[in-house]
Amino acid sequence: MSGASITEPSNGQKWVAGSLVILYALITLVPFVWIMMTGFKSGPDSISYPPKVVFEPSLEGYVNLFTTQTRITADQRDTLPPPANFAEQLVRDKGMIIVGPSKFGERFVNSVIIGFGSTALSIFLGTLAAYGFSRFKVPLKDDLLFFILSTRMMPPIAVAIPIFLMYRSLGLSDTHLGMILLYTAVNISLAVWLLKGFIDEIPREYEEAALIDGYTRFQAFVKVVLPQAATGIASTAIFCLIFAWNEYAFAVLLTSGTAQTAPPFIPTIIGVGGQDWPAVAAGATIFLMPVMIFTILLRKHLLRGITFGAVRK
Amino acid sequence: MTDAPILRVAKATPPHLARRVRGLSDRAIAWIFVTPTILLLLAINIFPLIWTIRLSLTDFRANRPNREVEWVGLENYRSILTDPDIWNTMQATAHFLIWTLVLQVLIGFSLAWLINRKFRGSDMWTTIIVLPMMLSPAVVGNFWTFFYQPQIGIFNYIVSFFSGVDPASFSMIGSVTLAPWAIVIVDTWMWAPFVMLICLAGLRSIPDYIYEAAEIDRASKWRQFWTITIPMVLPFLMLAVLFRGIENFKMFDLVVQLTGGGPGSTTEVTSINLKREAFEKWRTGYASAYAIILFVTVFGLASIYVKALNKVKER
Repeated sequence: MSGASITEPSNGQKWVAGSLVILYALITLVPFVWIMMTGFKSGPDSISYPPKVVFEPSLEGYVNLFTTQTRITADQRDTLPPPANFAEQLVRDKGMIIVGPSKFGERFVNSVIIGFGSTALSIFLGTLAAYGFSRFKVPLKDDLLFFILSTRMMPPIAVAIPIFLMYRSLGLSDTHLGMILLYTAVNISLAVWLLKGFIDEIPREYEEAALIDGYTRFQAFVKVVLPQAATGIASTAIFCLIFAWNEYAFAVLLTSGTAQTAPPFIPTIIGVGGQDWPAVAAGATIFLMPVMIFTILLRKHLLRGITFGAVRK
Repeated sequence: MTDAPILRVAKATPPHLARRVRGLSDRAIAWIFVTPTILLLLAINIFPLIWTIRLSLTDFRANRPNREVEWVGLENYRSILTDPDIWNTMQATAHFLIWTLVLQVLIGFSLAWLINRKFRGSDMWTTIIVLPMMLSPAVVGNFWTFFYQPQIGIFNYIVSFFSGVDPASFSMIGSVTLAPWAIVIVDTWMWAPFVMLICLAGLRSIPDYIYEAAEIDRASKWRQFWTITIPMVLPFLMLAVLFRGIENFKMFDLVVQLTGGGPGSTTEVTSINLKREAFEKWRTGYASAYAIILFVTVFGLASIYVKALNKVKER
């Protein structure tokens, strides 16, 4: 692009445009900053009026998030040994004691297991299918590809009705395996479409050269195509992971305990007399942070991922 | 056609070389690679879809599996299409759908247009603006209920700071007139960046020489905007609207956490209504018919829209 082009915006224009965009970005950030701050507020500070911007930081929210507590009387408190750590001290000051860990840890681990499990499976199946669609004549190819995409048009609740009945009779309700299979089925459409786009971009000549060198088709796929597609596979994997991580409708309808993930759990964190906002904010912060980091890492491929590869930039 | 170069290689190479292209045939590899995905989709998408169609013709109730099931034919479909409550939820959905699309297109396009002025640091700010759309809508919906609290909520506080209205005097979630806007605001905060990203790709695809030619022809900036920028970005914008339209027609998690369909049933969009029928009232047969109607609606509208989109692209 030539520097002195007549289409280059003037400095004044740039300045105005820049200020407006930055203003919008700052407004966008307010909810994030507020939720992170709320995670470090004490209960009363979190619901004070006017809203407190300057406050004394407290780890109460995080302690409440990870523990279950019970109220004790002053007499009982006097008989207890001194608090072993800062968390116990904090809870003791409110007239409570810690009786055990909360379910948040378990739910978070479930999110990790189901998220990574379904991502690995979607990528494995998706890469194979994408290679098949990209390189070979598959009968009804266009129909199959459109069919794979149209599965995303169903409202999740509509899909959940038969899945609920099917899982109930197969014993897959509320299991990690059931959720992994379901999320894989939902993600596979995204994975196949994105990966096909990435593999289409790899010149066939590389594989052909490998075939002539005596590689089998499969060896050529593993040793030539996969390394070339690595970036594409990695960004597709992150998109699948984010979907599984964020999913709520299936999780709330098909899981209740053992395999429940974090999104249905976080809104149910209740304190004394209503929602315990510092704990909810702490949970949301921990839960959203990985996605924010991934989004920043993915920024170059974001457009492609969210449009199923339709817009490549 | 796609595997032609491979065949050419195999035919053109002398026999001793051709023999070295060994292992499974290409045809076998293609099937081995594609079949697992197709099987999974058959098991978890197609089979359930067929089952849903079957259920939709019965009065089955999932909470009483042992009750005798009766075939009711198209009765479920008839009662849904004539039920005034369903039309109310359709209206709630339409309000949500139309306003989110309008606002997201306006904000998204404007932002893209501004970012395309290529000011310093525009990439960093773009990434920041994009953050909300990758988050879990359920968790987002939940913490926005906190921002929307009358008196203590930061949203009410900011509104009152700029307008002077008492922050305790209005409740975004509790009021029948405000609740539909509460969900529109959050969805726009999350998804305007999506439209922005796609429009930005559209704007960047317009080659500079077109504007240079227009400049030489002494076309005003205003005229350039309407005769070059808008028509060239339109296919991208329409694609963004397609994606957002499908997503927001299915909208569940954000709204369920934010308003739960309330107050009353003011914000009860179709997915929430469907969930009540299927998993609270347990009218499984009825809900299945409902699901099929929704699917056919989305599918039909999307197909018509894609045809229009292709026409615009061809121009």
